[in-house]
Formats: sequence, structure tokens, C-alpha cells
Amino acid sequence: MTLPAQYLWLIPALPLLAAAIGALTPRRGRALAAGAALAGMGGSFLLSCAALAGALAAPAEHQVANFTWFGLGDGVMRLGWLLDPLTGFMCVMVTFVGLLIFIFSTGYMKEDENFARFFCFLSLFAAAMLGLLVANSLLLLFVCWELVGLASYLLIGFWFHKPSAAAAAKKAFITTRIGDLGFLLGILWLQHDANTLLFFDGGRGCLEPAVLSQLALHVTAGGLAVSTAIGLLLFCGAVGKSGQFPLHVWLPDAMEGPTPVSALIHAATMVAAGVFLVARVYPLMTADQALAHIPLHALTVVAFIGAITALLGAVIAVAQNDIKRVLAFSTVSQLGYMMLALGVGSWVAAIFHLLTHAFFKALLFLGAGSVIHAAHHEQDIRQLGGLRPKLKVTFATFAIGMMALSGVPFLFSGFWSKEAILHAAHEWEVSSLPLYAGLIAVVLTAFYMTRLLAETFLGAPRSEHAAHAHESPATMTVPLVLLALGSVLLGFAGTPACPWLQARLSGTPLHSSMEHLFEGGGLMLLSIVLVGAGLGLGWTIYGRRPRTDATAADPLEAAAPRTFAFLGARLKFDELYAATVFRLSAGLATLAAFFDRWVWGGAVTVLARLGEFGGGANRDFDEEGLNGGFDTVSESLRGAGQRYSRAQTGRAHGYMRTVAIAFAILALLLVWGGAR
Amino acid sequence: MSPLHLCLLLSSGLFCIGLAAALTRGNAILVLLGIELMLNAANLNFIAFWRFGGGPAATGVVFVLFSIAVAAAEAAVGLALVIAVYRHRKNIRLQEVNSLRG
Repeated sequence: MTLPAQYLWLIPALPLLAAAIGALTPRRGRALAAGAALAGMGGSFLLSCAALAGALAAPAEHQVANFTWFGLGDGVMRLGWLLDPLTGFMCVMVTFVGLLIFIFSTGYMKEDENFARFFCFLSLFAAAMLGLLVANSLLLLFVCWELVGLASYLLIGFWFHKPSAAAAAKKAFITTRIGDLGFLLGILWLQHDANTLLFFDGGRGCLEPAVLSQLALHVTAGGLAVSTAIGLLLFCGAVGKSGQFPLHVWLPDAMEGPTPVSALIHAATMVAAGVFLVARVYPLMTADQALAHIPLHALTVVAFIGAITALLGAVIAVAQNDIKRVLAFSTVSQLGYMMLALGVGSWVAAIFHLLTHAFFKALLFLGAGSVIHAAHHEQDIRQLGGLRPKLKVTFATFAIGMMALSGVPFLFSGFWSKEAILHAAHEWEVSSLPLYAGLIAVVLTAFYMTRLLAETFLGAPRSEHAAHAHESPATMTVPLVLLALGSVLLGFAGTPACPWLQARLSGTPLHSSMEHLFEGGGLMLLSIVLVGAGLGLGWTIYGRRPRTDATAADPLEAAAPRTFAFLGARLKFDELYAATVFRLSAGLATLAAFFDRWVWGGAVTVLARLGEFGGGANRDFDEEGLNGGFDTVSESLRGAGQRYSRAQTGRAHGYMRTVAIAFAILALLLVWGGAR
Repeated sequence: MSPLHLCLLLSSGLFCIGLAAALTRGNAILVLLGIELMLNAANLNFIAFWRFGGGPAATGVVFVLFSIAVAAAEAAVGLALVIAVYRHRKNIRLQEVNSLRG
């Protein structure tokens, strides 16, 4: 069974319907809200599978269903749905991972009084993300993109009575909005120059050769091709949404939301949106590749931003003590890998890593959620420890996720996708710096994940909460097991020997042979050695002699306290922004206030004084010259005024009621009186 | 029933809800919300007549765009007033804000 493109809107519509049901459910209707969310997501998953089956039948084609939204003057705004393997794979991943996270949430959020509201927001989040995936118009994509931002704001600030959660929600919203400004400018520019925002439109869409070649020919400020400039503006949006340097600061703070939300943001939705955007507009990003004379190619910027982010996230993650923050920075780092892959020209590797990462990062976050749930909301890894015998399922699945993220060879999906990215970086001709950044990040990733695992699960319990932990219920462990299966099996869909996923994504025929497995074997060997080094180093420092005391200094901290503190403070990016951007805007506000008070206010005061003076002169003339007979007149006027003033009750409602009654009478007169 | 009728019914429903909110709620923000609802009901009417009323002119849309811009300004001013009142009295119950009484 396949799903044709014109019914693609059903995929986001089902969760949206579930969100509407959740919004209208009273607080005690917990089962209804959760049931609607699960049913919506489940139905959407089935539809996505059908859509994927349809897309795989003709992987090189882009099936579209466009329609006119509205016409205004001569212009017509058209929207549409797009079905190709990229959309299909992403939809299946989002709905599958999302469904498991929803199931997990029914256990995790059981005691929360706003359970129904939570599921309403989750469904809205998923609906927005799915809408973004099936859109065939940059405008529609942008609308869903903003909805994703709104839903993330609502979910990160779900426990808004905590000031830190409210602040984190605002930070996420505003930081991503900075990137969105660039995105919006890019959209406007594209609409102006290409006169369409449809991706594919039978040869006239903005991702099709006719339009692209025209865009690449024009040159704009700084010698850039127009397509480069637009591509970079669109990339700004992706930088904000995907937590790339320099707008990565919101992503770790987003940990303030409930843990399933973190899993959803970091795995299936939100951060994936940025990578997906770049992959979707990839023809636009590559349109300038053939031009030799321009100073900058869009993809070069993407590659370097990705490399910086991959390294930065990995370095900071080494010194975090909060279980969720380590994972958050590993997300930043892995997103950097994906951007790097996009930048070096292999969007297929980026999407492959996005899909595998979605599985193991959701697994890791839900595992962390299970730990936090078991240990009564203790998140500090120094306070945990000794959980292995108590949380057997969680430990086993978390270890699988950890090995997948670290890239342990052959068995785990993370290895294959990371390998694909490193190979692509190796073949990039512009610079080899991204490759080196990626390789260093491989060691660091293996190192900090070993640290996380050892500190959390090994040794002896170091606090009351950890000592009395108990395994989570089946609603939470079953999704973990399923995700663990996915984290292992998905890798085999894209091994170099049989790159089924890659071939289907790019729409090229599949060449499978065992010989490909060992092409570029040197690089593979190097990365295996590096992973081994990271794991070994982590095991030597943290695993052999687990921490016994919650207050003892970290071995690295003892070795280099200042560096460790600097890393622990996340390289002081927040402080840097507070000192620069924030101070700049505060200075501007002070300046504006100064102008308002003294310049404009002064002018107004001068005018007022003039008026006052004129009034004074008038009064003198009045009192001296014209008093007489006016007194009686004014007396009667005053009496009338006092009688009228009784109607001025000062109550806004009273006025409004009068207006409403008058309006109703007027309407009745018009209807019955036939006032013509 | 034609789509135009459905749209008008929807918008009058929206208008009544907004009116009821504006008349019955004591919280200034909720009253503002009610007013926004009424404005949007009017916008819906404009759009409905533009879409189904025949004629290619874009008057309805342009009207609505203006009305949205004005509504945004109105909301900004209204909220600023609410904040000013709140700073002054530490609550925003409309019943108590009556110092303009004659």
C-alpha cells in the first residue's frame, strides 16, 4: 500500500488532531489525552510507512501535489506536499521514535498534574515537525519551523513555575529566533529573485536547474553569487535550530524540560529540522559549486561551522556533571558532524547519521530519564553510581546507546554513519581541517561517554536516592529495548558493502559488494584505533577505580583545575554573550530611554510650558476682562456636566455593556426593521 | 448552506464568544483577549466576503492586513497599559480601576 503525495498532509494532520483533542480535554481526562496522542502518532507512523513505500518505488523522483493558497493581484501563492525518499525516511523516523517517546512519557509523567497538557504539546510538536518534513514550499516549511519553535518553548518551559525552566524556554525561543531572522530574509530574497517558493514544480521550482542556474549567475555584494547569499541566509536558520556554533547556547539549557521532551528535541524533532532544511535545499546550496571565481562557497561555511561545533561540543561535554548536560553537549557535537557532512558534499551521509543518531540519542535520553525517574530526580552523576545491579534493563540499553554514540566498530549503527561522514570529509578537497576536528571529536566522544557510563552505573551508590533506586515500569523499559534494537540494526542499512539507505536517498542504483567494505580501510582503522583510545582512556581514569565519594574532585579536575572549571562553565559562552550582545542591547535601550526622556521629553515639555504660558495669559485676560455674565452660563453648564458625569462610572465593563446593548439593538433593527 | 454562510456563522460565533469574554471577565488581559477574538471575527468576515463574494479586487485582504497591523499595535498599547496599571496597583482587576469616575 502506498500513500500518494496529495494525501501526504494526513501525516501531520493526525498528531495535530490529537493536539486539538488534548487541548480541549479537561485536566482529569488523562487517558483521553494520552490515548489520542498515541493513536495520532501510531496512525501517522503507519501512513509514513506507506508513504516511504511509495517513495522507494521511484527513489529518483519527487512526487509533488501543489495547490493554490491564495491569489493577490497578479501574484499567486502556491503551497504543496512533496514526497521523496528523504521525506519518507525522515517521517518514518520521526513518527517511530516519537511514538516510543510518547509511550515512555506515559510512564515518566504519570505523577504530573498537567499530564493532559503535556501530551497536547507533544502532539503539537510532532505535528509541526511532520508538517515541516512534507512541505513542498519554503513558506510552508517556515510556518511549521516556527510552530516547532513554539512547541519547544512550551515544552522546555513545561515546568514554568521553576524560574530556570522559564528562563531556558525563553532563551531557546529567542536564540533560535536570531537564526530565523536570517532564514526569513533568505525566503524573501528567494521569492523576489526566483518568484516561487515551491521546491519542485515541474521545472519551475526553486530547487530545479532552470531557476538555480539563473540564481547562480547573478552576483551580489562582496562578489557572492545570489544563490550563495540565499543559501547562507537559510543556513542561519539551521544554525539556530540545530544548535550550531555560535548559537548553540540554548541547547544545553533546554534540559530544563521534562526528559522525554529532551529526547524529542535532541533526537527526532527540532535539532533535526536544521539538518533536514540544509539537506532539503541542497541543490540551492550546491548551485555555486561550479563557479570558480566567487570568493566563498556556501558549503565551505557549512563545513567549517559543523567542524567547530563538533569539536566544541565534545570538548565541553568532557567536564559536565549533569547526566543530561553531557548528553546535550554530545548532541551539539553530533549535529556538528552532520553539518560537516553536509558541508563536505555528502548530504546522504548527514541524513544517515541523523537517522542513526535519532535512535541512539533518543535511547540515551530515555535511559537517562529512566535513571532520573528511578533515582528520584537526581541528575548529578557524582551523586549517582552503583545503579547497574538495580537497573538492569536500563543499564544494558544505555550501554548499547553509549557504544553506538561512541562508534564502537561493526556492530553499532553509530560506527557506520560516523565512518561515512569521516570518509566524506577525507575526500573533501578544500581543506582537511574538518577531518582533523572530526577525528579529535571521535576520541573525546568515546572518552566522555565512558565517563558518563562509569560514573552513573558503576561503583557504589553515593547518595540516598541512588541507593534506593528501582527499575522503571514496562512502559519505560519497552521503548528502551526497541530503540536499542534500532540503534544496532539501522547501521546495517548503510554499510559501505551494501549502501542501501544511501542509494535509496540519492536515487542512484545500488552497488553492493564486500570489496567496498575495505575501501579507505586506513581511515577506518584509524578511527577504530581512536575510538579504542577514547574508551581505554575513559576506562583507565573512571572505570577501573570508580568514584567512592560524591564530593571528591574529578580526576581531570585534580589534574588541571582551571581548565576543567573553564570547560565546566561551557567555555564561558553565556558570559561572553552577556558581556557583548546583551550589553550592547542594554546600551541601546539606555540610549533610547535617554532620548525619550531628555530630547523628545524635553521638546514636549517646552511645548507644554509654552501652552501653559499661553493659557496663563489667557486666564488673566479672562478673569480680568470677560468674567461677568459668563459665570451664570458656566454654572448651568457645570450642573449639566455633573449630571452627565454620573454616567462616567469609571468601570470599563459598564461602558462595554452599553456598547454591546446598543449594538444588539442596532442589529435587531437592521434585521427586523428592514432599514433600507 | 453555502461556504459563505458557514464562514459567517463561524465568525458570528467567534464574535459572541469574544463579546462574552470581554463583558464577563474581570482580568484586563482576558478582556483584551476577548477584544482580539472580536477583531478576528471581523477579519474572518472580510476574508469570507473577499473569497466568496465575487469580484477579483483584493480589498478584503488588504483591509484584513491593515486590521491585523492595527490589532497588533492595539495589543501592544493595551498590554503596556495593563503593565502600567499593574505596577501602580499590583493587580489588574478592571472593576477596581475606576479612578476616572465622574
